[in-house]
Amino acid sequence: MPVNLDTYLGVHAAALKVRSQRTEVLAANLANADTPNYQARDIDFKSALAAASGGKTGGVHLSTTSAGHIGAATVNGTPTADLKYRVPLAPSLDGNTVDTQLEQAAFAENAVRYQATLTFLSAKFRGLLTAITGQ
Amino acid sequence: MSSFKIFEVAGSGMSAQSVRLNTTASNLANADSVSGDPNQVYKAKHPLFEAVRAGLGANAATSAVSVKGIVENQAPPAARYEPGNPLADANGYVYTPNVNTVEEMVDMISASRSYQNNVEVMNTAKEMMLATLRLGQ
Repeated sequence: MPVNLDTYLGVHAAALKVRSQRTEVLAANLANADTPNYQARDIDFKSALAAASGGKTGGVHLSTTSAGHIGAATVNGTPTADLKYRVPLAPSLDGNTVDTQLEQAAFAENAVRYQATLTFLSAKFRGLLTAITGQ
Repeated sequence: MSSFKIFEVAGSGMSAQSVRLNTTASNLANADSVSGDPNQVYKAKHPLFEAVRAGLGANAATSAVSVKGIVENQAPPAARYEPGNPLADANGYVYTPNVNTVEEMVDMISASRSYQNNVEVMNTAKEMMLATLRLGQ
């Protein structure tokens, strides 16, 4: 019986991808903490994971017919629909909506969850290895 | 791998904050550089930050930071009556830079914290990538 690696790994492979995309978005927020008029963004993890794990493809895509075209705002495949703007807790004079503490907390949480997903994947691979070696 | 973008984004943040720290150092160092000519006196410098797209196409939504330029504070310099100063003008006045030292100190702390933040982001991203490389071992 052939083993389909994708179904064997379950949701974790897609989750790892979305987690790494979210890291990127949160890193951009933290880097732009002092940029006037920058608006903080975040990924709606639930819908992004649903889209990434083979469900519906969220959002509408622009077709790019030339190498010079800039695609509709996506983060390595995450459609705009899953990339939301953060609602600021307090307004700021320079129009920046980054709350550093909040972003730091989100970044730390995301990093831990990324590690958790890695642990799940690691366990899956170990299980597979045990089955292969038969020991 | 897409995560390499994080290094670019956090690195741009670090370089922008170090430019800000540089202007702060320059402003604080010249806080007492008086001049006899109000047009020649040192003016406080501040960087202008701008969010730029980190890449075209697939990565268009993540923004790096770039320093758009450095602007000089256009507030008029304060005149001080110091007839004994060799730099004083005909009326005995010297002009002091429009540097607000308290403001600069606050700016310095803010820049230093933001820089540390970016370093942490970079470290965490590095750890995550290394952990991914160790996957299955």
